[in-house]
Amino acid sequence: MQLTFEINNQSHTVEVPEDMPLLWVIRDVLRLKGTKFGCGQAMCGACTVQVDGDAIRSCSYAAKFAQGKKVTTIEALANEEKLHPVQQAWLDERVPQCGYCQPGFIMATKSLLEKIPNPSEDEINDNITNICRCGTYHRMRKAIHRAVELQQKSKL
Amino acid sequence: MNRRKFIIRATVGVGVTVGLGWLAKAPMRRALAKFADEVQGEYSGSEKAEVWFELTPQGELVLYSPKVEMGQGVLQAIAQLAAEELEIDWQKIIVKHASSAHGPLDSMSTGGSLSVSGLYNPLRTLAATFREMMRENAATLMNVSPDLVTFQNNSFVSGDQTITLAKLATQSKTWKKPKKEPKLKTRAQFKVIGKDLLRFDLLPKIKGEPMFGIDAAFPDMLYGSVVLPPVKDATFKSASAGSAASLPGVVKVVIEKNFAGVVATSRFAAEEAKKQIDVQWQMPEKLIQQTDLEALVKVGNGNPVSIQKEGNASGELKEGEIISAEFFSPFGVHAHIEPNGAVADYRTDGVTIRMSTQVVRITRDEVADALGLDKEKVNIEPMYLGGGFGRRLHTPHAIAAALLSKAVGKPVHMFWNRVEEFQNGFLRPATHNTLKAKLNKEGKIESIEHNTSSGDVAFTSPLFPKALYSLAGADFGAWRGAMVQYNIPNISTVSWRVQLPIETSWWRGLGLLANTFALESFIDDLASRANKDALAFRLQHLDDSERSMRMKNVLQAACTKAGWGKSLPDGHALGLACSVDVNTPVAHVAEVRIIENEIRVVRITCAIDPGLIVNPDGVRAQCEGAIVMSLSATLFEEVTIKDGKVTPNRLGYYAIAQLKDTPEIDVVLLSTGDSPRGVGEPPMGPTAAAIGNAVKKLTGTRLNRLPLKVLGQ
Ligand code: FES
Ligand code: FES
Repeated sequence: MQLTFEINNQSHTVEVPEDMPLLWVIRDVLRLKGTKFGCGQAMCGACTVQVDGDAIRSCSYAAKFAQGKKVTTIEALANEEKLHPVQQAWLDERVPQCGYCQPGFIMATKSLLEKIPNPSEDEINDNITNICRCGTYHRMRKAIHRAVELQQKSKL
Repeated sequence: MNRRKFIIRATVGVGVTVGLGWLAKAPMRRALAKFADEVQGEYSGSEKAEVWFELTPQGELVLYSPKVEMGQGVLQAIAQLAAEELEIDWQKIIVKHASSAHGPLDSMSTGGSLSVSGLYNPLRTLAATFREMMRENAATLMNVSPDLVTFQNNSFVSGDQTITLAKLATQSKTWKKPKKEPKLKTRAQFKVIGKDLLRFDLLPKIKGEPMFGIDAAFPDMLYGSVVLPPVKDATFKSASAGSAASLPGVVKVVIEKNFAGVVATSRFAAEEAKKQIDVQWQMPEKLIQQTDLEALVKVGNGNPVSIQKEGNASGELKEGEIISAEFFSPFGVHAHIEPNGAVADYRTDGVTIRMSTQVVRITRDEVADALGLDKEKVNIEPMYLGGGFGRRLHTPHAIAAALLSKAVGKPVHMFWNRVEEFQNGFLRPATHNTLKAKLNKEGKIESIEHNTSSGDVAFTSPLFPKALYSLAGADFGAWRGAMVQYNIPNISTVSWRVQLPIETSWWRGLGLLANTFALESFIDDLASRANKDALAFRLQHLDDSERSMRMKNVLQAACTKAGWGKSLPDGHALGLACSVDVNTPVAHVAEVRIIENEIRVVRITCAIDPGLIVNPDGVRAQCEGAIVMSLSATLFEEVTIKDGKVTPNRLGYYAIAQLKDTPEIDVVLLSTGDSPRGVGEPPMGPTAAAIGNAVKKLTGTRLNRLPLKVLGQ
């Protein structure tokens, strides 16, 4: 099919099978490698991107559903001078180890904070269900709270 | 340092290389030696000069690492080690993975928690040597004595003359061994080692830059996929392309001697076509079942090797009041998030492979062997690993990628899917431990006997040629953490080796977690039998030797920080356990509660003494990560084998700790001694026992099976 959609504020038209997972459109066709493959079964969250603002697991999201939509990947978060507040919080708390799962967590957190700017512990636990095998969760929790602060500050 | 071993070589145009051939053979023997947990990792290797440093004409200083980055922060640590002696701003040093063609090539692996301890002396020596070489060349260029040259702001200075690194690289005519043997700094003089510097690889990771094996690419790359055996022990017989060849996007169905695969223009097309390839498998006579394996992993089966013997435990434990217990742990998977795979570019003059591997040299040798190429014709370019944990010691996918590329004459990118990872990985072996002990009248342990049974860990590894098994006796991977660290008059520890019909191997910490779970649960039971506090009882069984003192210190530090003995909220309890691995003692205190039959870990307080610390925050991060991974194994993880299939074979069904399961974690760092010891695995040790000991305080019941489940769950 001809898939026309916006990715990171740029419009693209690509010829892909309609059932091809969006993840492979992003990684292999558009060569944006920040979004990762972990399981292909919607279980780990390494492939998390935003579609029209919602966090989705792109390994299990057929390309056809992205028609006409706005997709945001990790590559769009930072600009020349500045990291996104979630990324800044992640750096401040020195979260990554191997780093492979981190873009997925950062995208999931960005989406969470856009919907719930100051989430409770339960809301964090229920919404951030990605897997980090290096076990960086302890710092992630701190980073999520720090991102909340940074976002509140930047709104003042 | 043996000066004869230094070889220094200048290369034309691209600056300079420094190399060092290390003592051959001895380290391999030592690694296999009985007290493997005392080993400080070392290198063997050729006498050939290898490129460690490169000074580019642009004045960049590149350091080539023989160790790969898999999350443990090793590249940052070695940047700090080198910067200390080079006296160059550490951020000016660019650390890259060495490729197999370029070197230095590690003769062992990245693993075993030995990277920093193994590189500590060699790398500082190399850096200091290189510094002196640079100083002497700068002196020649300025026509002054080297003594008058200082290094300031990344340039060599004498009087009003300045030589930048770029100038030094382009104007030096020759590079020679320095006349002056460099003296290494002492711990008190360190300015960079021991600093909490921000790891240079964190920012690119947070930005999602392409740095992992799966991100590697070549121009004009195609996508491959290989059909893997449906059950354990099935072997490839033959295959026909079926309808796969005519599917959209398919470039070629590749049928080789021992596998079939497909290359296509997209990964999606390759995966779809793969389903249509018709493969004939030689099926095993009988499909492997969990019960067969459980019957094998039992103390008393296979080959016993005594790994620790003091006094006469077996004699003493024949009569009197004997306390005994047994413990079990299941098979598990690594579940590294980046699957295994590789991208290979096969040309007539050789093959280049980019991938995640913990064993660059072995991957190269295996590919060369399988393709009938000279080793020099295979270049492995290691990328950042999306997790290692021991899973990337086995890299047959590199061979498949190379063969697929050869078959189509174009680069091919090939990765396993998650189901294939579950089914074809090397599993963490199941274990069975039995313990027996006797107390004396004062309530001290008089005799203790520990038997451990496990599938192979180290013995399946390509790192250890079969010829060396007899030298090693017991599989030291399997018995890691099994030796009794307490001062007890009669001790016997025996490791039973069983060879299982499925492949098992290294998993972060090897046998450490399971063996410590058994031993330290048992010690707690002995303490309650003796009516003693768990901390006091342990301290009573440690003497004043250096080793015991370090253990006492971590026990006390963890307990003090965790408020051992103070009152807790209702329904909470503390559990204590300790272990020593690669000569690093660790103690954990777990604060646990039980909600609706579910074990909830509220906090883990960890104290560790890894000797000299290169980057404290890096050590804390490794402790936190190891605690979460071992907590996950303690509470959730288990696979079984059903009809030759690993079940479950999906993440999620194979439960792994998530954010919601993660406790508060406090890490207390102690640091005795003048050299670094291992960090990545030791904190795996005490977790299960500490949690189990707390659960016993809450329920009165000893849980002796991982994952821990309280009744009704
Ligand atoms: S790769 Fe999509 S959830 Fe794991
Ligand atoms: S940092 Fe390695 S998986 Fe999360």
